[in-house]
Amino acid sequence: MAIDQATVRKIASLARIAISDAEAAAMEGELNGILGWVEQLGEVDVTGVEPMTAVIPNQLRLRDDVIDADPLTGGNRRDDVLANAPAAQHGFFGVPKVIE
Amino acid sequence: MTDLTNLTVAQIRDGHRAGDFSAVEVAEAFNANVAGAKALNAFIVETPEHAIAAAKQADADRSAGSLKPLSGVPIGMKDLFATNGVQTTAASHMLEGFVPRYESTVSQKLWDAGCGMLGKLNLDQFAMGSSNETSYFGNVISPWKRKDGGNAALAPGGSSGGSSSAIAARLCPAATGTDTGGSIRQPAAFVGISGIKPTYGRCSRWGIVAFASSLDQAGPMARDVRDCAIMLENMAGFDPKDATSLDLPVPNWEAALSSDLKGKTVGIPKEYRLEGIDPEIDAMWDAGIAMLKDAGAAVVEISLPHTKYALPTYYIIAPAEASSNLARYDGVRYGLRDLPEGAGLQDMYAATRADGFGPEVKRRIMIGTYVLSAGFYDAYYTQAQKVRTLIARDFEQAFGGCDVILAPTAPSAAFGLGEKMADPLAMYLNDVFAVPASLAGLPAMSVPAALNREGLPLGLQIIGKAFDEQGVLNAGLAIEERAGFTARAEKWW
Repeated sequence: MAIDQATVRKIASLARIAISDAEAAAMEGELNGILGWVEQLGEVDVTGVEPMTAVIPNQLRLRDDVIDADPLTGGNRRDDVLANAPAAQHGFFGVPKVIE
Repeated sequence: MTDLTNLTVAQIRDGHRAGDFSAVEVAEAFNANVAGAKALNAFIVETPEHAIAAAKQADADRSAGSLKPLSGVPIGMKDLFATNGVQTTAASHMLEGFVPRYESTVSQKLWDAGCGMLGKLNLDQFAMGSSNETSYFGNVISPWKRKDGGNAALAPGGSSGGSSSAIAARLCPAATGTDTGGSIRQPAAFVGISGIKPTYGRCSRWGIVAFASSLDQAGPMARDVRDCAIMLENMAGFDPKDATSLDLPVPNWEAALSSDLKGKTVGIPKEYRLEGIDPEIDAMWDAGIAMLKDAGAAVVEISLPHTKYALPTYYIIAPAEASSNLARYDGVRYGLRDLPEGAGLQDMYAATRADGFGPEVKRRIMIGTYVLSAGFYDAYYTQAQKVRTLIARDFEQAFGGCDVILAPTAPSAAFGLGEKMADPLAMYLNDVFAVPASLAGLPAMSVPAALNREGLPLGLQIIGKAFDEQGVLNAGLAIEERAGFTARAEKWW
Protein backbone atom coordinates (compact mmCIF):
# COMPACT_ATOMS: atom_id res chain seq x y z
CA MET A 1 0.00 0.00 0.00
CA ALA A 2 1.50 3.25 -1.13
CA ILE A 3 1.75 6.19 1.23
CA ASP A 4 1.09 9.78 0.22
CA GLN A 5 2.62 13.04 1.41
CA ALA A 6 -0.06 13.53 4.02
CA THR A 7 0.90 10.16 5.51
CA VAL A 8 4.58 11.12 5.39
CA ARG A 9 3.79 14.27 7.36
CA LYS A 10 1.72 12.23 9.82
CA ILE A 11 4.60 9.77 10.40
CA ALA A 12 7.05 12.66 10.79
CA SER A 13 4.77 14.20 13.36
CA LEU A 14 4.52 10.89 15.27
CA ALA A 15 8.32 10.61 15.13
CA ARG A 16 8.68 14.26 16.27
CA ILE A 17 10.78 15.23 13.26
CA ALA A 18 10.04 18.57 11.61
CA ILE A 19 10.01 18.25 7.82
CA SER A 20 9.53 20.76 5.02
CA ASP A 21 7.19 20.20 2.07
CA ALA A 22 10.19 19.52 -0.15
CA GLU A 23 11.49 16.89 2.29
CA ALA A 24 8.05 15.29 2.52
CA ALA A 25 7.91 15.08 -1.26
CA ALA A 26 11.35 13.48 -1.48
CA MET A 27 10.60 11.10 1.36
CA GLU A 28 7.35 9.96 -0.20
CA GLY A 29 9.26 8.30 -3.02
CA GLU A 30 11.99 6.87 -0.80
CA LEU A 31 9.63 5.41 1.77
CA ASN A 32 7.37 3.92 -0.90
CA GLY A 33 10.42 2.30 -2.50
CA ILE A 34 11.44 0.70 0.79
CA LEU A 35 7.92 -0.26 1.88
CA GLY A 36 7.14 -1.72 -1.54
CA TRP A 37 10.24 -3.87 -1.26
CA VAL A 38 9.59 -5.17 2.29
CA GLU A 39 6.02 -6.05 1.31
CA GLN A 40 7.30 -9.30 -0.22
CA LEU A 41 7.30 -10.68 3.34
CA GLY A 42 3.54 -10.96 2.98
CA GLU A 43 4.01 -13.97 0.68
CA VAL A 44 5.72 -16.06 3.40
CA ASP A 45 3.46 -18.68 4.96
CA VAL A 46 3.76 -18.07 8.71
CA THR A 47 0.88 -20.29 9.79
CA GLY A 48 1.57 -21.52 13.30
CA VAL A 49 4.88 -19.60 13.56
CA GLU A 50 5.49 -17.62 16.74
CA PRO A 51 7.03 -14.16 16.38
CA MET A 52 10.61 -14.16 17.64
CA THR A 53 11.03 -12.45 20.98
CA ALA A 54 14.52 -13.60 22.03
CA VAL A 55 17.13 -14.56 19.47
CA ILE A 56 19.27 -16.52 21.95
CA PRO A 57 17.37 -18.31 24.73
CA ASN A 58 18.10 -16.47 27.92
CA GLN A 59 16.53 -16.22 31.32
CA LEU A 60 15.30 -12.91 32.60
CA ARG A 61 17.09 -12.20 35.84
CA LEU A 62 16.02 -10.28 38.87
CA ARG A 63 18.69 -8.24 40.56
CA ASP A 64 19.08 -8.21 44.32
CA ASP A 65 16.60 -5.87 45.96
CA VAL A 66 19.28 -3.53 47.24
CA ILE A 67 19.37 0.26 46.95
CA ASP A 68 22.29 1.48 44.82
CA ALA A 69 23.56 -2.08 44.34
CA ASP A 70 25.46 -0.72 41.37
CA PRO A 71 26.76 2.73 42.26
CA LEU A 72 26.93 3.72 38.57
CA THR A 73 23.27 3.16 37.89
CA GLY A 74 21.99 3.86 41.40
CA GLY A 75 20.97 7.18 42.88
CA ASN A 76 22.81 10.27 44.10
CA ARG A 77 24.31 10.99 40.69
CA ARG A 78 22.44 14.23 39.98
CA ASP A 79 25.40 16.21 38.76
CA ASP A 80 26.52 13.41 36.45
CA VAL A 81 23.00 13.05 35.08
CA LEU A 82 22.72 16.77 34.40
CA ALA A 83 26.26 17.23 33.15
CA ASN A 84 25.28 16.96 29.46
CA ALA A 85 21.86 18.61 29.67
CA PRO A 86 21.58 21.51 27.22
CA ALA A 87 19.75 23.73 29.75
CA ALA A 88 20.12 22.42 33.29
CA GLN A 89 18.85 24.85 35.93
CA HIS A 90 18.77 24.63 39.72
CA GLY A 91 19.45 20.89 39.62
CA PHE A 92 16.72 20.17 37.08
CA PHE A 93 16.35 19.71 33.33
CA GLY A 94 15.19 22.99 31.82
CA VAL A 95 12.45 22.91 29.18
CA PRO A 96 10.40 25.60 27.45
CA LYS A 97 7.16 26.60 29.11
CA VAL A 98 4.52 23.87 28.67
CA ILE A 99 1.47 25.67 30.16
CA GLU A 100 0.22 29.14 29.34
CA MET B 1 64.52 -1.47 13.83
CA THR B 2 61.16 -3.02 12.98
CA ASP B 3 58.28 -0.68 12.37
CA LEU B 4 56.24 -1.32 15.51
CA THR B 5 53.01 -0.42 13.70
CA ASN B 6 53.41 -3.49 11.49
CA LEU B 7 53.12 -5.79 14.51
CA THR B 8 49.95 -7.67 15.34
CA VAL B 9 48.27 -7.53 18.76
CA ALA B 10 49.88 -10.87 19.68
CA GLN B 11 53.31 -9.66 18.58
CA ILE B 12 53.00 -6.42 20.52
CA ARG B 13 51.80 -8.23 23.63
CA ASP B 14 54.53 -10.88 23.45
CA GLY B 15 57.30 -8.49 22.37
CA HIS B 16 56.47 -6.11 25.17
CA ARG B 17 56.38 -8.96 27.66
CA ALA B 18 59.79 -10.16 26.42
CA GLY B 19 61.28 -6.69 26.76
CA ASP B 20 61.93 -6.20 23.02
CA PHE B 21 60.45 -2.70 23.16
CA SER B 22 58.59 -0.47 25.56
CA ALA B 23 54.86 0.14 25.47
CA VAL B 24 55.56 3.86 25.22
CA GLU B 25 57.53 3.27 21.99
CA VAL B 26 54.56 1.35 20.58
CA ALA B 27 52.05 4.03 21.58
CA GLU B 28 54.24 6.79 20.14
CA ALA B 29 54.60 4.93 16.84
CA PHE B 30 50.84 4.49 16.49
CA ASN B 31 50.11 8.05 17.66
CA ALA B 32 52.41 9.29 14.90
CA ASN B 33 50.59 7.19 12.28
CA VAL B 34 47.23 8.48 13.51
CA ALA B 35 48.42 12.07 13.41
CA GLY B 36 49.73 11.58 9.87
CA ALA B 37 46.57 10.09 8.42
CA LYS B 38 44.05 12.93 8.56
CA ALA B 39 43.25 12.31 4.88
CA LEU B 40 41.52 9.04 5.84
CA ASN B 41 39.26 10.79 8.38
CA ALA B 42 39.17 7.56 10.39
CA PHE B 43 39.09 9.26 13.80
CA ILE B 44 36.57 11.73 15.18
CA VAL B 45 38.66 12.37 18.31
CA GLU B 46 42.32 11.47 18.77
CA THR B 47 43.45 10.59 22.28
CA PRO B 48 47.24 10.24 22.14
CA GLU B 49 47.52 11.09 25.84
CA HIS B 50 45.25 8.16 26.76
CA ALA B 51 47.45 5.79 24.75
CA ILE B 52 50.63 7.15 26.35
CA ALA B 53 49.23 6.96 29.89
CA ALA B 54 48.20 3.32 29.41
CA ALA B 55 51.61 2.59 27.90
CA LYS B 56 53.46 4.11 30.84
CA GLN B 57 51.33 1.99 33.14
CA ALA B 58 52.12 -1.09 31.03
CA ASP B 59 55.85 -0.40 31.27
CA ALA B 60 55.57 0.10 35.03
CA ASP B 61 53.54 -3.11 35.34
CA ARG B 62 56.22 -4.97 33.42
CA SER B 63 58.88 -3.75 35.84
CA ALA B 64 56.66 -4.71 38.76
CA GLY B 65 55.89 -8.12 37.27
CA SER B 66 52.17 -7.47 37.13
CA LEU B 67 51.46 -7.52 33.39
CA LYS B 68 47.87 -7.70 32.22
CA PRO B 69 46.57 -9.70 29.23
CA LEU B 70 46.84 -6.77 26.80
CA SER B 71 49.46 -4.59 28.48
CA GLY B 72 51.16 -2.36 25.94
CA VAL B 73 48.54 -2.76 23.19
CA PRO B 74 46.95 0.49 21.95
CA ILE B 75 43.64 0.17 20.15
CA GLY B 76 41.00 2.24 18.39
CA MET B 77 37.52 2.60 19.91
CA LYS B 78 34.49 2.90 17.65
CA ASP B 79 32.72 6.13 18.58
CA LEU B 80 29.59 4.19 19.48
CA PHE B 81 31.06 3.13 22.85
CA ALA B 82 30.59 5.58 25.71
CA THR B 83 33.98 6.63 27.06
CA ASN B 84 34.21 8.46 30.35
CA GLY B 85 35.42 12.01 29.78
CA VAL B 86 35.92 11.57 26.02
CA GLN B 87 33.35 12.83 23.51
CA THR B 88 31.03 10.11 22.24
CA THR B 89 28.91 11.05 19.22
CA ALA B 90 27.79 7.95 17.26
CA ALA B 91 28.99 10.17 14.38
CA SER B 92 25.88 12.33 14.77
CA HIS B 93 25.32 16.05 15.14
CA MET B 94 22.77 15.08 17.81
CA LEU B 95 25.51 13.94 20.18
CA GLU B 96 28.22 16.39 19.15
CA GLY B 97 29.89 17.55 22.34
CA PHE B 98 28.36 14.77 24.46
CA VAL B 99 30.94 13.73 27.04
CA PRO B 100 29.80 10.63 28.97
CA ARG B 101 30.28 10.43 32.73
CA TYR B 102 30.53 6.67 32.56
CA GLU B 103 32.37 3.99 30.61
CA SER B 104 30.82 1.26 28.47
CA THR B 105 31.34 -2.25 29.81
CA VAL B 106 33.29 -3.42 26.75
CA SER B 107 35.68 -0.46 26.71
CA GLN B 108 36.18 -0.73 30.48
CA LYS B 109 37.11 -4.39 30.08
CA LEU B 110 39.72 -3.47 27.48
CA TRP B 111 41.23 -0.75 29.67
CA ASP B 112 41.24 -3.19 32.60
CA ALA B 113 43.11 -5.64 30.36
CA GLY B 114 45.83 -3.02 29.83
CA CYS B 115 44.86 -1.50 26.47
CA GLY B 116 45.32 2.16 25.70
CA MET B 117 43.04 4.23 23.45
CA LEU B 118 44.38 5.93 20.33
CA GLY B 119 41.09 7.67 19.64
CA LYS B 120 37.41 7.43 18.83
CA LEU B 121 36.78 6.00 15.39
CA ASN B 122 34.43 7.42 12.82
CA LEU B 123 31.39 5.39 11.70
CA ASP B 124 28.10 5.67 9.89
CA GLN B 125 25.75 7.89 11.85
CA PHE B 126 24.16 5.82 14.65
CA ALA B 127 25.77 2.82 12.88
CA MET B 128 23.24 3.15 10.04
CA GLY B 129 25.02 2.67 6.75
CA SER B 130 27.28 0.39 4.76
CA SER B 131 29.84 2.85 3.40
CA ASN B 132 30.61 5.31 6.18
CA GLU B 133 29.04 8.10 4.13
CA THR B 134 26.32 8.96 6.67
CA SER B 135 28.71 10.30 9.35
CA TYR B 136 28.12 13.89 10.37
CA PHE B 137 31.89 14.20 10.65
CA GLY B 138 32.60 13.36 7.01
CA ASN B 139 33.29 10.24 5.00
CA VAL B 140 35.99 7.82 6.05
CA ILE B 141 38.23 6.98 3.10
CA SER B 142 39.56 3.49 2.53
CA PRO B 143 43.36 3.28 2.23
CA TRP B 144 42.85 1.02 -0.79
CA LYS B 145 42.80 2.24 -4.41
CA ARG B 146 41.74 0.40 -7.55
CA LYS B 147 44.58 -0.63 -9.81
CA ASP B 148 42.99 1.02 -12.82
CA GLY B 149 45.15 4.10 -12.85
CA GLY B 150 42.22 6.11 -11.48
CA ASN B 151 42.23 7.77 -8.13
CA ALA B 152 38.63 7.17 -6.98
CA ALA B 153 38.14 7.33 -3.21
CA LEU B 154 36.72 4.01 -2.05
CA ALA B 155 34.33 3.20 0.79
CA PRO B 156 35.88 1.45 3.80
CA GLY B 157 32.54 -0.28 4.39
CA GLY B 158 30.20 0.44 7.23
CA SER B 159 29.16 1.04 9.75
CA SER B 160 32.55 0.30 11.40
CA GLY B 161 34.39 2.10 8.59
CA GLY B 162 36.73 4.12 10.81
CA SER B 163 37.77 0.87 12.47
CA SER B 164 38.42 -0.93 9.18
CA SER B 165 40.25 1.95 7.54
CA ALA B 166 42.44 2.59 10.59
CA ILE B 167 43.50 -1.04 10.96
CA ALA B 168 44.22 -1.49 7.24
CA ALA B 169 46.31 1.72 7.27
CA ARG B 170 48.26 0.62 10.37
CA LEU B 171 46.85 3.42 12.54
CA CYS B 172 45.94 0.82 15.16
CA PRO B 173 46.58 -2.92 15.46
CA ALA B 174 42.98 -3.66 16.45
CA ALA B 175 39.74 -1.86 17.12
CA THR B 176 36.28 -2.40 18.46
CA GLY B 177 33.38 -2.66 16.08
CA THR B 178 29.68 -3.27 16.42
CA ASP B 179 27.55 -5.38 14.12
CA THR B 180 23.80 -4.97 13.75
CA GLY B 181 23.45 -6.29 10.19
CA GLY B 182 27.03 -6.74 9.00
CA SER B 183 28.77 -3.66 10.37
CA ILE B 184 31.89 -5.57 11.47
CA ARG B 185 32.11 -8.15 8.68
CA GLN B 186 31.43 -6.05 5.59
CA PRO B 187 33.97 -3.29 6.43
CA ALA B 188 36.54 -5.95 7.37
CA ALA B 189 36.06 -7.58 3.97
CA PHE B 190 36.33 -4.24 2.14
CA VAL B 191 39.81 -3.48 3.51
CA GLY B 192 41.34 -6.97 3.79
CA ILE B 193 41.23 -7.48 7.57
CA SER B 194 39.43 -9.86 9.94
CA GLY B 195 36.49 -9.22 12.22
CA ILE B 196 34.14 -11.33 14.29
CA LYS B 197 30.63 -10.72 15.52
CA PRO B 198 30.17 -13.12 18.45
CA THR B 199 26.94 -14.80 19.52
CA TYR B 200 24.31 -12.24 20.52
CA GLY B 201 24.80 -11.58 24.22
CA ARG B 202 28.51 -12.44 24.46
CA CYS B 203 29.54 -8.78 24.71
CA SER B 204 27.61 -6.43 26.95
CA ARG B 205 25.62 -3.74 25.18
CA TRP B 206 25.77 -1.48 28.22
CA GLY B 207 27.21 1.88 27.26
CA ILE B 208 26.98 1.26 23.51
CA VAL B 209 24.76 3.81 21.75
CA ALA B 210 21.73 1.69 20.86
CA PHE B 211 20.61 1.14 17.27
CA ALA B 212 18.54 -2.09 17.17
CA SER B 213 18.83 -3.78 20.53
CA SER B 214 17.83 -7.30 19.47
CA LEU B 215 20.61 -7.28 16.87
CA ASP B 216 23.39 -5.02 18.17
CA GLN B 217 26.51 -6.91 19.16
CA ALA B 218 30.06 -5.69 19.72
CA GLY B 219 33.09 -7.52 18.41
CA PRO B 220 36.74 -7.00 17.51
CA MET B 221 38.37 -6.12 14.21
CA ALA B 222 42.06 -6.84 13.66
CA ARG B 223 44.54 -7.99 11.04
CA ASP B 224 44.33 -11.71 11.75
CA VAL B 225 42.25 -14.42 13.38
CA ARG B 226 44.47 -14.81 16.44
CA ASP B 227 44.18 -11.11 17.22
CA CYS B 228 40.41 -11.34 16.93
CA ALA B 229 40.41 -14.21 19.42
CA ILE B 230 42.63 -12.29 21.84
CA MET B 231 40.52 -9.15 21.63
CA LEU B 232 37.23 -11.00 21.94
CA GLU B 233 38.41 -12.77 25.10
CA ASN B 234 38.94 -9.34 26.62
CA MET B 235 35.64 -7.86 25.43
CA ALA B 236 33.20 -10.67 26.19
CA GLY B 237 31.71 -11.67 29.52
CA PHE B 238 28.60 -11.53 31.63
CA ASP B 239 27.33 -8.10 32.63
CA PRO B 240 24.36 -7.78 34.98
CA LYS B 241 23.73 -4.29 33.55
CA ASP B 242 22.63 -5.78 30.20
CA ALA B 243 19.44 -7.86 30.46
CA THR B 244 20.40 -9.89 27.37
CA SER B 245 23.99 -10.55 28.48
CA LEU B 246 24.89 -14.26 28.40
CA ASP B 247 25.80 -15.62 31.82
CA LEU B 248 28.47 -17.97 30.47
CA PRO B 249 32.20 -18.28 31.11
CA VAL B 250 34.43 -16.74 28.44
CA PRO B 251 36.37 -19.54 26.70
CA ASN B 252 40.10 -19.32 26.06
CA TRP B 253 39.59 -18.91 22.35
CA GLU B 254 43.20 -18.05 21.59
CA ALA B 255 44.63 -21.08 23.39
CA ALA B 256 42.23 -23.44 21.60
CA LEU B 257 42.89 -22.09 18.08
CA SER B 258 43.40 -24.96 15.64
CA SER B 259 43.22 -24.99 11.87
CA ASP B 260 42.89 -28.78 11.75
CA LEU B 261 39.32 -29.31 10.59
CA LYS B 262 39.35 -33.13 10.44
CA GLY B 263 35.95 -34.43 11.47
CA LYS B 264 34.28 -31.07 10.81
CA THR B 265 31.62 -30.49 8.20
CA VAL B 266 31.23 -27.22 6.34
CA GLY B 267 27.85 -26.27 4.92
CA ILE B 268 27.56 -24.33 1.64
CA PRO B 269 24.16 -22.62 1.43
CA LYS B 270 22.81 -22.96 -2.09
CA GLU B 271 20.57 -19.89 -1.70
CA TYR B 272 23.68 -17.71 -1.38
CA ARG B 273 24.57 -18.39 -5.06
CA LEU B 274 23.02 -15.20 -6.35
CA GLU B 275 22.16 -14.77 -9.99
CA GLY B 276 24.13 -12.05 -11.68
CA ILE B 277 26.72 -11.79 -8.92
CA ASP B 278 30.31 -10.88 -9.81
CA PRO B 279 31.91 -14.19 -10.92
CA GLU B 280 35.01 -13.26 -8.89
CA ILE B 281 32.93 -13.54 -5.72
CA ASP B 282 31.83 -17.06 -6.63
CA ALA B 283 35.38 -18.00 -7.64
CA MET B 284 36.70 -16.80 -4.27
CA TRP B 285 33.97 -18.80 -2.55
CA ASP B 286 34.94 -21.95 -4.47
CA ALA B 287 38.58 -21.37 -3.55
CA GLY B 288 37.52 -21.09 0.11
CA ILE B 289 35.69 -24.41 -0.14
CA ALA B 290 38.87 -26.02 -1.47
CA MET B 291 40.88 -24.51 1.40
CA LEU B 292 38.57 -25.95 4.04
CA LYS B 293 38.66 -29.36 2.34
CA ASP B 294 42.43 -29.12 2.38
CA ALA B 295 42.22 -28.46 6.13
CA GLY B 296 40.42 -31.78 6.53
CA ALA B 297 36.78 -30.71 6.55
CA ALA B 298 33.96 -32.43 4.72
CA VAL B 299 31.82 -30.12 2.59
CA VAL B 300 28.07 -30.48 2.09
CA GLU B 301 25.46 -28.38 0.35
CA ILE B 302 22.82 -27.01 2.71
CA SER B 303 19.61 -25.08 2.25
CA LEU B 304 18.54 -21.90 4.05
CA PRO B 305 15.19 -21.50 2.29
CA HIS B 306 14.18 -18.12 3.74
CA THR B 307 17.42 -16.35 2.81
CA LYS B 308 15.76 -14.01 0.29
CA TYR B 309 13.50 -12.67 3.05
CA ALA B 310 16.31 -11.82 5.45
CA LEU B 311 17.00 -8.30 4.13
CA PRO B 312 13.37 -7.15 4.05
CA THR B 313 12.88 -8.66 7.53
CA TYR B 314 15.92 -6.76 8.74
CA TYR B 315 14.68 -3.51 7.22
CA ILE B 316 11.49 -3.77 9.24
CA ILE B 317 12.92 -4.95 12.55
CA ALA B 318 16.02 -2.75 12.70
CA PRO B 319 14.21 0.52 11.86
CA ALA B 320 11.37 -0.39 14.25
CA GLU B 321 13.81 -0.84 17.11
CA ALA B 322 15.76 2.23 16.05
CA SER B 323 12.66 4.43 16.03
CA SER B 324 12.02 3.36 19.61
CA ASN B 325 15.64 3.60 20.79
CA LEU B 326 16.24 6.99 19.19
CA ALA B 327 13.15 8.49 20.81
CA ARG B 328 15.48 9.36 23.71
CA TYR B 329 17.06 12.20 21.71
CA ASP B 330 14.67 14.95 22.69
CA GLY B 331 16.88 17.98 23.37
CA VAL B 332 16.16 17.80 27.09
CA ARG B 333 18.58 15.47 28.83
CA TYR B 334 21.72 15.44 26.69
CA GLY B 335 22.89 16.23 23.21
CA LEU B 336 21.65 18.87 20.84
CA ARG B 337 18.78 21.26 21.58
CA ASP B 338 17.24 23.36 18.84
CA LEU B 339 14.76 25.81 20.35
CA PRO B 340 13.28 28.11 17.69
CA GLU B 341 12.17 31.55 18.90
CA GLY B 342 8.88 31.23 20.77
CA ALA B 343 8.69 27.44 20.33
CA GLY B 344 6.98 25.17 22.82
CA LEU B 345 8.14 21.76 24.02
CA GLN B 346 6.72 19.76 21.09
CA ASP B 347 8.22 22.17 18.54
CA MET B 348 11.54 21.91 20.32
CA TYR B 349 11.50 18.11 20.04
CA ALA B 350 10.69 18.26 16.31
CA ALA B 351 13.24 21.00 15.55
CA THR B 352 15.97 19.27 17.57
CA ARG B 353 15.42 15.96 15.85
CA ALA B 354 15.19 17.54 12.39
CA ASP B 355 18.49 19.29 12.98
CA GLY B 356 20.34 16.52 14.86
CA PHE B 357 19.61 13.46 12.70
CA GLY B 358 21.04 12.92 9.21
CA PRO B 359 18.88 11.81 6.23
CA GLU B 360 19.50 8.06 6.59
CA VAL B 361 18.72 8.14 10.32
CA LYS B 362 15.50 10.06 9.67
CA ARG B 363 14.56 7.63 6.91
CA ARG B 364 14.92 4.68 9.27
CA ILE B 365 13.09 6.36 12.14
CA MET B 366 10.24 7.15 9.73
CA ILE B 367 10.09 3.57 8.41
CA GLY B 368 10.19 2.24 11.96
CA THR B 369 7.49 4.62 13.14
CA TYR B 370 5.29 3.59 10.23
CA VAL B 371 5.65 -0.19 10.67
CA LEU B 372 4.92 0.15 14.40
CA SER B 373 1.93 2.44 13.94
CA ALA B 374 -1.64 1.33 14.68
CA GLY B 375 -3.13 -0.53 11.75
CA PHE B 376 0.21 -1.59 10.25
CA TYR B 377 1.90 -3.24 13.25
CA ASP B 378 0.72 -6.77 12.49
CA ALA B 379 1.12 -6.57 8.73
CA TYR B 380 4.72 -5.39 8.96
CA TYR B 381 6.29 -5.83 12.38
CA THR B 382 4.63 -9.02 13.62
CA GLN B 383 5.02 -10.60 10.19
CA ALA B 384 8.72 -9.73 10.20
CA GLN B 385 9.14 -11.20 13.69
CA LYS B 386 7.56 -14.43 12.45
CA VAL B 387 9.78 -14.58 9.38
CA ARG B 388 12.73 -13.97 11.68
CA THR B 389 11.73 -17.13 13.57
CA LEU B 390 11.78 -19.02 10.25
CA ILE B 391 15.21 -17.63 9.33
CA ALA B 392 16.61 -18.74 12.69
CA ARG B 393 14.95 -22.14 12.21
CA ASP B 394 16.62 -22.50 8.79
CA PHE B 395 20.02 -22.21 10.49
CA GLU B 396 19.04 -24.57 13.29
CA GLN B 397 18.04 -27.24 10.79
CA ALA B 398 21.12 -26.67 8.65
CA PHE B 399 23.39 -27.05 11.68
CA GLY B 400 21.91 -30.51 12.17
CA GLY B 401 24.17 -31.52 9.28
CA CYS B 402 27.18 -29.23 9.51
CA ASP B 403 29.43 -27.44 12.02
CA VAL B 404 30.05 -24.14 10.26
CA ILE B 405 28.76 -22.40 7.16
CA LEU B 406 30.99 -20.80 4.51
CA ALA B 407 29.76 -17.92 2.33
CA PRO B 408 31.04 -14.69 0.85
CA THR B 409 30.97 -11.71 3.24
CA ALA B 410 29.71 -9.15 0.71
CA PRO B 411 28.39 -9.36 -2.85
CA SER B 412 31.14 -7.09 -4.21
CA ALA B 413 34.49 -5.53 -3.44
CA ALA B 414 34.62 -1.99 -2.04
CA PHE B 415 32.71 0.50 -4.18
CA GLY B 416 33.53 4.13 -4.76
CA LEU B 417 32.26 6.84 -2.43
CA GLY B 418 29.07 8.31 -3.84
CA GLU B 419 28.33 5.35 -6.11
CA LYS B 420 25.44 4.00 -4.07
CA MET B 421 24.26 6.95 -1.98
CA ALA B 422 21.44 7.92 -4.37
CA ASP B 423 19.61 4.62 -3.95
CA PRO B 424 19.00 3.39 -0.38
CA LEU B 425 17.89 -0.04 -1.58
CA ALA B 426 21.08 -0.63 -3.61
CA MET B 427 23.06 0.25 -0.48
CA TYR B 428 21.01 -2.12 1.68
CA LEU B 429 21.77 -5.03 -0.69
CA ASN B 430 25.39 -4.88 0.40
CA ASP B 431 24.49 -6.73 3.54
CA VAL B 432 22.62 -9.55 1.80
CA PHE B 433 25.06 -12.23 3.04
CA ALA B 434 25.67 -10.66 6.45
CA VAL B 435 22.14 -9.99 7.69
CA PRO B 436 20.82 -13.57 8.06
CA ALA B 437 23.37 -14.48 10.78
CA SER B 438 22.53 -11.24 12.58
CA LEU B 439 18.83 -12.05 12.58
CA ALA B 440 19.64 -15.49 14.01
CA GLY B 441 22.07 -14.09 16.63
CA LEU B 442 24.85 -16.39 15.42
CA PRO B 443 28.62 -15.86 15.61
CA ALA B 444 30.08 -14.93 12.21
CA MET B 445 33.40 -13.62 11.01
CA SER B 446 35.02 -12.30 7.87
CA VAL B 447 38.57 -13.16 6.85
CA PRO B 448 40.43 -11.78 3.84
CA ALA B 449 40.61 -14.37 1.08
CA ALA B 450 41.73 -12.83 -2.20
CA LEU B 451 42.26 -9.73 -4.32
CA ASN B 452 39.96 -9.11 -7.26
CA ARG B 453 41.07 -8.01 -10.71
CA GLU B 454 41.05 -4.39 -9.57
CA GLY B 455 43.46 -5.29 -6.77
CA LEU B 456 40.84 -4.91 -4.04
CA PRO B 457 40.34 -7.33 -1.11
CA LEU B 458 37.48 -9.82 -0.94
CA GLY B 459 36.37 -11.53 2.26
CA LEU B 460 34.98 -14.94 3.14
CA GLN B 461 32.43 -15.32 5.88
CA ILE B 462 32.17 -18.17 8.37
CA ILE B 463 28.91 -18.53 10.30
CA GLY B 464 28.81 -20.80 13.35
CA LYS B 465 26.38 -22.32 15.79
CA ALA B 466 25.32 -20.20 18.74
CA PHE B 467 28.14 -20.08 21.34
CA ASP B 468 30.61 -21.73 18.94
CA GLU B 469 32.96 -18.81 18.32
CA GLN B 470 35.77 -21.37 18.51
CA GLY B 471 34.49 -23.26 15.47
CA VAL B 472 34.21 -19.99 13.57
CA LEU B 473 37.70 -18.82 14.54
CA ASN B 474 39.23 -22.20 13.69
CA ALA B 475 37.69 -22.31 10.22
CA GLY B 476 38.79 -18.69 9.77
CA LEU B 477 42.32 -19.67 10.73
CA ALA B 478 42.29 -22.54 8.24
CA ILE B 479 41.39 -20.09 5.47
CA GLU B 480 43.88 -17.50 6.68
CA GLU B 481 46.75 -20.01 6.60
CA ARG B 482 45.87 -21.14 3.09
CA ALA B 483 44.83 -17.87 1.49
CA GLY B 484 48.17 -16.32 2.48
CA PHE B 485 46.66 -12.86 2.24
CA THR B 486 49.49 -10.39 2.78
CA ALA B 487 48.48 -7.58 0.43
CA ARG B 488 48.22 -4.11 1.93
CA ALA B 489 47.22 -0.73 0.67
CA GLU B 490 50.03 1.37 -0.73
CA LYS B 491 50.49 4.50 1.34
CA TRP B 492 49.14 7.65 -0.36
CA TRP B 493 47.73 9.51 2.64
